[in-house]
Amino acid sequence: MRKIALLLATSFLLFACNNDDDTPQPVPNTTVEFTFSHNWDGDAIENSDFDFLQYFNANGDQMSISKLVYLISDVTFESLATGETLDAGDYNLVNVREGTNLSFTPDIEIPEGDYLVSFTFGFDDEDNQDGIYLDLNSADGGWNVPMMLGGGYHYMRLEGKFIDNTATETNYAYHAIRAADPSTTPITLQDTSFEVSLGQITIGSSTSIEIEMNVAEWFKNPNQWDLNVLNTMLMPNFDAQVLMFENGSTFSNSTGVFSLGTVTQ
Amino acid sequence: MKVRIVFLLIFALTIASCNDEDDNVNSEYTATPLELEIPPLFAQKILPPVIPEDNPQSVEGVALGRKLFFDKKLSADNTLACAGCHSPASAFTDPRQFSVGIDGIAGTRNSMPLFNMAWNYNELFFWDGRSASIEEQALAPVVDPIEMHNTWSNVAQTLQSDGEYPTLFEEAFGTQSIDSVLVTKAIAQFLRTLISGNSKFDRYMNGNEELTPSELNGLNVFLDENRGDCFHCHGNPNNPLWTDNIFHNNGLDETFTDLGRGGVTGDPREFGLFKTPSLRNLIYTAPYMHDGRFETIDEVIDHYSEGLVYSETIDPLMKSVDEGGVQLSPEDKADLKAFLLTLTDENFIDNPDFQNPN
Repeated sequence: MRKIALLLATSFLLFACNNDDDTPQPVPNTTVEFTFSHNWDGDAIENSDFDFLQYFNANGDQMSISKLVYLISDVTFESLATGETLDAGDYNLVNVREGTNLSFTPDIEIPEGDYLVSFTFGFDDEDNQDGIYLDLNSADGGWNVPMMLGGGYHYMRLEGKFIDNTATETNYAYHAIRAADPSTTPITLQDTSFEVSLGQITIGSSTSIEIEMNVAEWFKNPNQWDLNVLNTMLMPNFDAQVLMFENGSTFSNSTGVFSLGTVTQ
Repeated sequence: MKVRIVFLLIFALTIASCNDEDDNVNSEYTATPLELEIPPLFAQKILPPVIPEDNPQSVEGVALGRKLFFDKKLSADNTLACAGCHSPASAFTDPRQFSVGIDGIAGTRNSMPLFNMAWNYNELFFWDGRSASIEEQALAPVVDPIEMHNTWSNVAQTLQSDGEYPTLFEEAFGTQSIDSVLVTKAIAQFLRTLISGNSKFDRYMNGNEELTPSELNGLNVFLDENRGDCFHCHGNPNNPLWTDNIFHNNGLDETFTDLGRGGVTGDPREFGLFKTPSLRNLIYTAPYMHDGRFETIDEVIDHYSEGLVYSETIDPLMKSVDEGGVQLSPEDKADLKAFLLTLTDENFIDNPDFQNPN
């Protein structure tokens, strides 16, 4: 009698476990990891590369990198199947020399499938509100931009030294922010964040997407950067910020500051 | 049978090896929890303080730490307390260029002020960042031969035989057995309560006080990349710590007699780098720089304006080095100083909870 009961119970469980093939299965949701790698025209930039005058920019200036910290935000997935746009709305502050936040998983689960993937370099004006992100206020002594320059946050701090026209080792601080002209009343502001499209990517259950930054491109295209002219005090320099925006956002002949690296599934 | 014995031995060894210095702590005991009094501006602007899970703040722990901080029994000859080089009246630093230890020997660096330490998120302490926690930092001066020149076993023995301490340790940690771990935990708890967040500028930020035109211009000089550009290392109104707690070479010397951070890491790229100190309470914390070379705030401002010198590791944020600095006008210098003095927190100096209880 017991055996019969056991068989019945087992059968019931087996039936219960059966899939009903007639109803469509929901597409499983997943998170997506992004990793960040950095190079100078193809040569990987590691911690040991910092502070050495080993690079030559497009202008021919010999230079080093001492610091490279930058912000990306609004990683966006546009579904090719539904056209729906999904965005966690969060951000990631990458510190290359310290090796922190080189991996980032946006706080959103999306259905597996094919997407157009993009992100924003820096904060767009909607997100670039002064002082509202406690972690960024606490990072790097304050990732903020002073209110006299419109407030908000830095997009990038790229610093180092170069050999200037007099053969003198000179500092540079290539800090990207929202362009601001404080000489006007009211202050003139221009959103110089930009969207980086990574193209179509198939998102599976464990997709990892590599974002590559070619640092040399910041000094190259379309504006050949002359560090002898533009080295420090660039934050209040509206025109310099626009030049940075143009160099950062230009992607032609498969080259640009940002590009899609390896995608693993 | 042999296998069982071996297994038991391995098990016993594993248990023993898992024991650390904290085995003295009575894990069943809980002292009275004590929340840090976080200034409103800190709560609004920056991440919460760092408090280690294995050393939560307690009423009894803080009281014990305070007593220890001011107690000369920590030194080998009972003549020097922590407070001997970290005076409350000086925002817990030493007005002398170099502190002098029990043997009459002076150190080589200026004593660092002690406040808002729980907000040092990267948790590297001392001018060169050689200690990875406040607890670890508190270990060093006791055994430093040119400071308290004691041994921790001697300190433990001294406190153990004291009429009061065993009971105070029991109240704080649930054990009367005193060792270096518990002493430094108690001192660290006290140090985390040393919070400075009620300066004129804090009150201005909270909308409770106005700044003078001079102070406001000084703030602009501080924040202006074309003038002071102090904010990249010393923070901004959204970061009330007024330090990045990061290491920089700020153009003091062409060559280094003190390697600073590089002396700890061995990395030549970090030779001559020292931690950025907070700009709070400057009026109390003279002399300035890691070696106390500048006696006045004016000298410090002059350094950044005209006194920078090049060296290989100089920070890229130091501007116009070939000209000695950013060449501030006399008016901007005066206003910058006026602004810096708005970061003075009189209540911190006068706080009765921070004075000698002994």
